Amino acid sequence: MAINATQKVTLKLVVAAIGMFLFAVFLMPPLYDVFCEITGIGGKTKGQYEGTEAAVDAQREVKIQFVATNNGAMPWDFSPMEYQVRVHPGEKTSVEFYARNPTSRDMVAQAIPNITPDNAAEFFHKTECFCFNQQPLKAGEETKMGLVFIVDPELPASVTTITLSYTLFDVTEATAAEVATIN
Amino acid sequence: MAHGPAKGIGRWLFATNHKDIGTMYLWFSFAMFILGGSFAMIIRAELFAPGMQLVKPEFFNQMTTMHGLVMVFGAIMPAFVGLANWMIPLQIGAPDMALPRMNNLSFWILPFGFSLLASTLFMEGGAPNFGWTFYAPLSTTYAPDTVNFFIFGIHIIGASSIMGAINIIATVLNLRAPGMTMMKLPLFVWTWLITAFLLVAVMPVLAGAVTMMLMDINFGTSFFDAAGGGDPVLFQHIFWFFGHPEVYIIILPAFGVVSAIIPTFSRKPLFGYSSMVYATSAIAFLSFIVWAHHMFTTGMPIAGELYFMYATMLIAVPTGVKVFNWITTMFKGSLSFETPMLFAIAFVILFTFGGFTGLMLAVAPADIQYHDSYFVVGHFHYVMVAGAVFSMTAAVYYWLPKWSGKMYDETMGKVQFWIAFIGFNIAFIPQHFLGLAGMPRRYADYALQFTDWNMVSSIGAFMYGAAQLMFLYNVIRTIVAGKPTSVEKTWEGAEGLEWTLPTPAPFHTFSTPPEVK
Repeated sequence: MAINATQKVTLKLVVAAIGMFLFAVFLMPPLYDVFCEITGIGGKTKGQYEGTEAAVDAQREVKIQFVATNNGAMPWDFSPMEYQVRVHPGEKTSVEFYARNPTSRDMVAQAIPNITPDNAAEFFHKTECFCFNQQPLKAGEETKMGLVFIVDPELPASVTTITLSYTLFDVTEATAAEVATIN
Repeated sequence: MAHGPAKGIGRWLFATNHKDIGTMYLWFSFAMFILGGSFAMIIRAELFAPGMQLVKPEFFNQMTTMHGLVMVFGAIMPAFVGLANWMIPLQIGAPDMALPRMNNLSFWILPFGFSLLASTLFMEGGAPNFGWTFYAPLSTTYAPDTVNFFIFGIHIIGASSIMGAINIIATVLNLRAPGMTMMKLPLFVWTWLITAFLLVAVMPVLAGAVTMMLMDINFGTSFFDAAGGGDPVLFQHIFWFFGHPEVYIIILPAFGVVSAIIPTFSRKPLFGYSSMVYATSAIAFLSFIVWAHHMFTTGMPIAGELYFMYATMLIAVPTGVKVFNWITTMFKGSLSFETPMLFAIAFVILFTFGGFTGLMLAVAPADIQYHDSYFVVGHFHYVMVAGAVFSMTAAVYYWLPKWSGKMYDETMGKVQFWIAFIGFNIAFIPQHFLGLAGMPRRYADYALQFTDWNMVSSIGAFMYGAAQLMFLYNVIRTIVAGKPTSVEKTWEGAEGLEWTLPTPAPFHTFSTPPEVK
C-alpha cells in the first residue's frame, strides 16, 4: 500500500520534472517570440509593408538615424550612405547602404534590423528593404543596397528621433531560407 | 531488526540510511562552503586596495563566478537537503526516507558534478568567468571552452536536486506517522515540502537553459544568438524563471529552521502556525510571477516594469507575516539566548534588513541606478548569508546534540556567533554604501574613492571567514570531545517527535510509528 502510493507520487513528480524541462526548451522560446511579436517589444520591425503614402504630416519632422554594424568576425565594409535624414511622417523616403566584400571568397550576408526606441518599431514601415533578402557579393564586389520606408503619422508624439540599426551577419554557410524569415 | 550500520567505507558508499546520507550531505556542503568561502577570501583580498594586487582580472572573474555557483549549488542547497534527510523522518515519525536508494544516488552524483565544475580551474581557458547567472552570449559565444564542463556539472547537480526533492515530497506525503495530519507537521517539514515542489518545477528549467546553451555552443542552434534569429534576452527570462524561485528554494527551509528554534527558546508555541503555512505557500506562488524584476534594465515596456514592480512588492506581505509571527512568538516569552537562538534572532533581524533592501531594488525606477552595483551584492548577501547560512548554523548547533550525543561548548558557540555577526555586518553594510555611490559589481578593480569602504568590507569578510573556521572547529570538537549527553530533550522548551527519541538518535528510529495525538 505504502509502496504503491510512493511509486505513484514519484511517477507524477518525474513526469512533472520532464514536462518542465520540455516546457523550457520547446515552449518558452516560441512563446517569447510570439509575445514579442504581439507587443512589438525587442525593437523587431515587421516584414514588408504594403501601402501607399498617406497624408503627409508636413508640420512634424522626425529624425531618422542609421547605424550599421558587423556581427562578430563579418569582414564586409558596411555603412549607411547617409547617417541621418529628416522626414515628415507619411512621406516615402528612400536611402541606401553601402556594402563591399573585401575578401577573396564569395559570401552571402543577411542584415537584421532593430529599432530604438521600442515603441517606434510598429510605426516604422519598410516598403522595400535589403534586409528582406540575403545579399550575395562576389569576392571584391561592392554594392548599394536600398531601403524605402514610411514613418506612420500615428507615431507617438514623444518620439522625435528613431534609430534604425542593421547588423550584418555572415550566412554563407548557414542554411539559407530560415534566416530571411525573421525580419 | 536492531542492527547497526555496515562496517568500513561500504557504510557510506552504499548508504541508504537517511541519517548517514544526511550526514554526508552536511559534510559535503561544509566542504563546498569552505571552498566557496576561500574564493570569497580571494575576491575580498584583491578588493582590499584599488589596482591589481594578487590575481589577474581573468582569474578574478572566475572567482566571482565560482564563488556564486559553489555557494548556491554546493553549499546552501545540499546543506538544507542534508538537514531534510536528517530531520524530516524524525519529525514526522517515519523510519526512513521513502526512496532510500534514490537518496544514495542523489547524494553520490553530487561530488561528480562539483568535480566537473571545479576541475575547470586547472584547465586551459580557466573556470567559468561569466558570473553565476551565466548570461548569454557571454556564456555561449564568448565563453571559455571549459563551459561544457560547467554545463554538464549543472546537469548533474540539477538531477541530484530533483531527486532529493522527489524523495522529500514522497516521504512527507506518504510516510507520516498515524495522526500526523498535514496541519500538524512541524514548520520545517512544511517549508521543505513547498521548497521541494519549487525544485521539481524549476530545476528542469535550469537544465533546459544550460541544454540550450550546449546546443548553441556545439550544435549550431541559435536559441540565444541574435545571428540566427535568437534572443539573448530570452536567456535572461528563462534563467530568472528558474532563478527567482531558486532564491526561495534557498530561504524557505531557513524559515522552517527558525520557526523551530524561536519557539524552543521562547518557551512558547509558534505564533500563527497556519498563517505561517499559508504565507510560505503564498511566497512560493508569487516567486513564479516576479522573475523579470531582475531585468528592469533590459528595456522592458513600462507596463511590464510596473507589473513586475508591484508583484514583487507584494511578496513583502507574506514575508512580513512571517517576521511578525517570529517576533510575536518571542513577545512575552521566557527567552534564553543559547547559540542557536542567537543565530535565529540574528537571522530575523538581518533577513528583514535584506528584505527591505530587496524592496528598494523592486522599485523599477530606482533599480535602474542600483542594478549590477555593489548594493545588489550587499542585498543578496544579507538574505543568502544572514538568511540561509545563519539559519543553517543555528540548525547545526540546535540539533548537533541529538545527532552526536555530545554537547557543544556554549561559550565557544557564542564567541563564534559574535565574531560571525559582527564580521558579517562589517563586511556587507559598507557594500550598500559602495553600490549607492556607484561601484559596480564583478570588477577586479575600482575607482579610488571606493577604497575606504572596500578595506572595511574586506576586514569584515576575513572576520566572517575566520568565524567559519571556528564553526568547523566547534563541530569537530563537539563530535570528538564534547560532553556526552543522553537527555532526550536537549532543550527544555523543545517540542516535536525528534525530542522523544533517545540521544544520540539511534541508527534506526521509528521502526514502529509513534502515535501522534
